[in-house]
Amino acid sequence: MARARDPAALPRLLLTLLAVALLWPGLQLSELNPGVLLQAENRKQIATFASAFWPPAHDAEFIKLLYEATLQTLAVATAGMAFALVLAIPTSLLASRALSLRAASRGGRAGVWSRLLRMPVRGLLIFLRSVPEIVWALLFVRAVGLGPTAGVLAIAITYSGMLGKVYAEIFESVDQRPAHALLQAGSGRLTAFFYGILPSAVAEVVSYTVYRWECAIRASVVMGFVGAGGLGQQIDLSMRMFAGAEVASILLAFFGLVLLADLLSRFLRGRLA
Amino acid sequence: MNRVINLLVVCAIVAAVVASFGYLELDLRALIGDGGLGQMGAYAERFLHPDLSADHLQAVAYGALETLAMSGLGTLLAMAMGLLLALPAAGRFGWPLQSAARLLLNALRAIPELVWAALTVLAAGLGPNAGTLALALHTSGVLGRLFAEALENAPVEPAAAIRLQGGGQVAAFCFGTLPNLWPQLLAYSLYRWENNIRMASVLGFVGAGGLGQMLYTTLSLFQESQASTVIIAMLVLVLLVDAFSDVMRQRYVRA
Repeated sequence: MARARDPAALPRLLLTLLAVALLWPGLQLSELNPGVLLQAENRKQIATFASAFWPPAHDAEFIKLLYEATLQTLAVATAGMAFALVLAIPTSLLASRALSLRAASRGGRAGVWSRLLRMPVRGLLIFLRSVPEIVWALLFVRAVGLGPTAGVLAIAITYSGMLGKVYAEIFESVDQRPAHALLQAGSGRLTAFFYGILPSAVAEVVSYTVYRWECAIRASVVMGFVGAGGLGQQIDLSMRMFAGAEVASILLAFFGLVLLADLLSRFLRGRLA
Repeated sequence: MNRVINLLVVCAIVAAVVASFGYLELDLRALIGDGGLGQMGAYAERFLHPDLSADHLQAVAYGALETLAMSGLGTLLAMAMGLLLALPAAGRFGWPLQSAARLLLNALRAIPELVWAALTVLAAGLGPNAGTLALALHTSGVLGRLFAEALENAPVEPAAAIRLQGGGQVAAFCFGTLPNLWPQLLAYSLYRWENNIRMASVLGFVGAGGLGQMLYTTLSLFQESQASTVIIAMLVLVLLVDAFSDVMRQRYVRA
């Protein structure tokens, strides 16, 4: 009796063995070895780097630099979002089934043609958002040179893909009857959109946009690593110079910025949505 | 009054947008006119002929496998570390450990993966090992917090029943709490794994292996056709993961 305490022991053991067998090649591929962190030489390097973290760099010149970089990060996120909106609003209108005349007269089901015509727009949106923003940034740094312009363009492209898709879905998810009634009564599509769909969709649209702005701030920090300006570029530079104190104060500035963005976005969502 | 405040908020947003454009001094005219657009088009055109030779495809496939392995092992490590940290963070060992664990989890989570990768590359050298560790560190912060919340919300009765019957602490946890918790832990981990595949493909930009490192080197060497193959591979990887997780979710999460 003592041997059969856990009736599920055998299958669990077999499952574990199977998982290990599947993961073994992965272990080889990823060259995983946390032990290197504990090797004497590396340990010394980590210790010297980490001990420089305190106190964070706070001389006036560096603070000024940090302030400029923080402002640049904020500006990149905001300008990128503005561009993304310019691209996302028309594409979302094109991609959404909500304004289809055929759907309006067929109880919400779009015809084959209207679906086929929307496919390229949807495909474009998928392409724009499937390439990670940092890859776009890397490409734009090579196309337009180092600096915040690459970051703005990268955010504009990736986020227009995301916003366009989500807007189109929001437009489809609200009550379609007002818009259908307007369309069938002979109004234009834009009128039907402004009076039939936007009133019931605006809260969700605003709240999603503000949330994305918050994400854009985080993304623009990270994009600095490939040379797109802002805080990320500063972190990269300081790390290459092994300036632990500078890295520490940049990280602190980054936390502050993210916290601030979080508060601001909560305020805006409460206010506008 | 409310309307006035809302109007002011909207005005402030518009002012912020204008100010950002002013601050960045974006030279849009140089970007579009003056041959700027033509230049960009010429640059983009070099990507139109992806290098599909067998050698390069093999290298890209190896990179993609490396990316998958990094994300999978990083997530597994993070699951183990997250669970270890979640136990104290859910208040199982008293409040001093609870606040310490929470602080640690917040710190792990607050630093983005790419910053962790830059740090681990410094500490552990170039290569996929650094990327795996970076993913594990950030993800254990995220998973630890999610696991801790799941632990706090798990029903206490099954574990209490085992304890009352004379079972030990470990047995109560393994057979009383864990079975209820397991599906949720798995769902969170799968979701993070999906995110990590995406992240793993770009961590290479700071030298942490995988497809990202290939993209970075090929772009730096101006081998645009090779780079375009890598980008296509990334795209395929992301789309496959999306489709796979969609299927998994519809099958296992909604049911």
